[in-house]
Amino acid sequence: MESQFPIQRIIDDAGQIVDETKRDALTKELALQLFTHMNRIRTFDRKAINLQRQGRLGTYAPFEGQEAAQVGSALALNDTDWIFPTYRDHGATLTFGADMVRTLLYWNGRVEGCVPTDDLHIFPPAVPIATQIPHAVGAAWAEKRKGTTAVSVAYFGDGATSEGDFHEGMNFASVFQAPVILFNQNNGYAISVPIQKQMHSETIAQKALAYGMPSVRIDGNDAFAVYFTMQEAVARARNGQGPTLIEAVTWRFGAHTTADDPSKYRDQERSRDRVDPLTRLEQFMREQGFYDDTEIDAIRARHQMEVEEAVKAMEAFKPPAIDDLFDHTYATLPADVARQKADYLTARGN
Amino acid sequence: MATPINQQTDMTLIQAVTDALRIKLATDDTTLVLGEDVGKNGGVFRATDGLQAEFGEDRVIDTPLSEAGIVGTSVGLAVNGFKPIVEIQFLGFIYPAYEQIMTHVSRIRMRTMGRYSVPMVIRAPYGAGIRAPEIHSDSTESLFTSMPGLKVVCPATPYDAKGLLLAAIDDPDPVLFLESMRSYRAFKEPVPNEAYTIEIGKAHIVSEGADVTLIAWGGMVQVAQKAAAQAEKQGLSCEVLDLRTLYPLDQETIAASVQKTGRVVIIHEAHAMGGLGTDLIALINDTSFLYLRAPIARVTGFDVPVPLFALEDHYIPTPARVLEAITRTVDF
Repeated sequence: MESQFPIQRIIDDAGQIVDETKRDALTKELALQLFTHMNRIRTFDRKAINLQRQGRLGTYAPFEGQEAAQVGSALALNDTDWIFPTYRDHGATLTFGADMVRTLLYWNGRVEGCVPTDDLHIFPPAVPIATQIPHAVGAAWAEKRKGTTAVSVAYFGDGATSEGDFHEGMNFASVFQAPVILFNQNNGYAISVPIQKQMHSETIAQKALAYGMPSVRIDGNDAFAVYFTMQEAVARARNGQGPTLIEAVTWRFGAHTTADDPSKYRDQERSRDRVDPLTRLEQFMREQGFYDDTEIDAIRARHQMEVEEAVKAMEAFKPPAIDDLFDHTYATLPADVARQKADYLTARGN
Repeated sequence: MATPINQQTDMTLIQAVTDALRIKLATDDTTLVLGEDVGKNGGVFRATDGLQAEFGEDRVIDTPLSEAGIVGTSVGLAVNGFKPIVEIQFLGFIYPAYEQIMTHVSRIRMRTMGRYSVPMVIRAPYGAGIRAPEIHSDSTESLFTSMPGLKVVCPATPYDAKGLLLAAIDDPDPVLFLESMRSYRAFKEPVPNEAYTIEIGKAHIVSEGADVTLIAWGGMVQVAQKAAAQAEKQGLSCEVLDLRTLYPLDQETIAASVQKTGRVVIIHEAHAMGGLGTDLIALINDTSFLYLRAPIARVTGFDVPVPLFALEDHYIPTPARVLEAITRTVDF
């Protein structure tokens, strides 16, 4: 099966073009756009880990190593599309337009972090595994019913493909030909369990065969491969040609979350052997003469400042209102909850 | 010519359900009926009979056999402008979708501070007594009444079924709508032809009484009524209270009745342990402790899985068991 679903790439680990048909499309403008978003979310990710270590954020799920997959996929979407992320896809949501301060608030235990940026369809990160896949299918199905060209994308990891909701979502997507992209980031590990223990099939892409759905296996660390593959899947969905499963083979460099230690379950030398998707893009840019030190330094400095300012804004955010504990469970507060709220506020002297 | 109003038709509970669905499909384009076999077959109990022929395959949708898939995709439909009315064939078949309901359906409004909501209705027949196979007869409503963000509604009569279902479809929050299978065709009563709603969260005094309050819902309301009729022959006056909505509970009506009679028998098909009866006892304890003249009695299913049907008549609360509890409470 692996031979039927070879990993497709446009640039190799050294940043050399291996798919000549795309050469003209690999413009400086596109490379710089991908680089900018990838650098931005990496700056965010590293800062978030530091903040967690300092006790200034709660447990955090890092995505370093998966920037090409998240940026490449999200950049191929329009503002009217929908995205259904997991807890490791804030790189994708930030690229899509999610507010950085809100993203930090989420990791600081604030429900405000789940509220999407105005006018953007971003679902709160799914913490249960694979449950967001049917949601994405349903939202896409709704767009199809309305006769729009908007599409929906579900992000999920390799472990999610073991869950029933993945298969139920795949089946609904294909039965109803929903304009949805099922975007898998196969990062090799579901917390500590390697892919070889997760499934007996050689690829995730091949699972689409059973559903009569097109699928493709790509190098998830090749930002160009992700971007163009996603663009094609999105175009198919917009044209009424139904869903696509994309398996983006990638690697998370660090832990599952800041609460675990990857050296317990894998040889971290393997991480060090991996070519960083950002380094790879930089090498491509140097190779093509697209890399301008002054320009890149300015981008890096801008992102440092943006993240620092977002942290300041997050830390200066007003304390949570106790009302918010009670007020959003139902459209109208049930009488017993209203009583619980009143009693609690009275007991506190509010 | 004036439009005739207040016309009524004798309907069974299931006909009242179909009538409510037909009204909504005809008047609200955003409503969709989804489920297994709901189309050509009209549902395993025929609740959706004729609706696909009338409204098309695009509105009354036969889905794959996939409860989590049905409820999960309905979350996406609901946040994106549609009003899914989902049929789960039996409450005992809802467990694969339990995760979707627990982790998403009931929480989306809270998690997004109201930015997204999931105004869907999940209809599920429940209860024993129709000689169904294993897992078809569960009364596990308390798994859902303890789920903040969800409303749980359970009509006992055709009139209530129509009015409560129309209210559930209009409700901005997700509603689990439980239909007693035993009550589906048990009796007919006049049901108005036009649309009307019954407020969710309000209980109903089925019959007034002075000595004991019988609290029941769904299929157990008739059992309570039969027990009340037998008790009356012994000179005891029972107030029969139909909860109609299992969450949120109508605390005021329950407290007023208990404070009037001073004695309570709670009747439910669900297991005693963790059944809604325990919450009702705690609620009455909070509101009416000093009015009680006897410990609150419960007549419930036993703490065993609902059995295969050869033994189900021993499992289901009977009027005789309720009458025994009434007597015990009065003689305390």
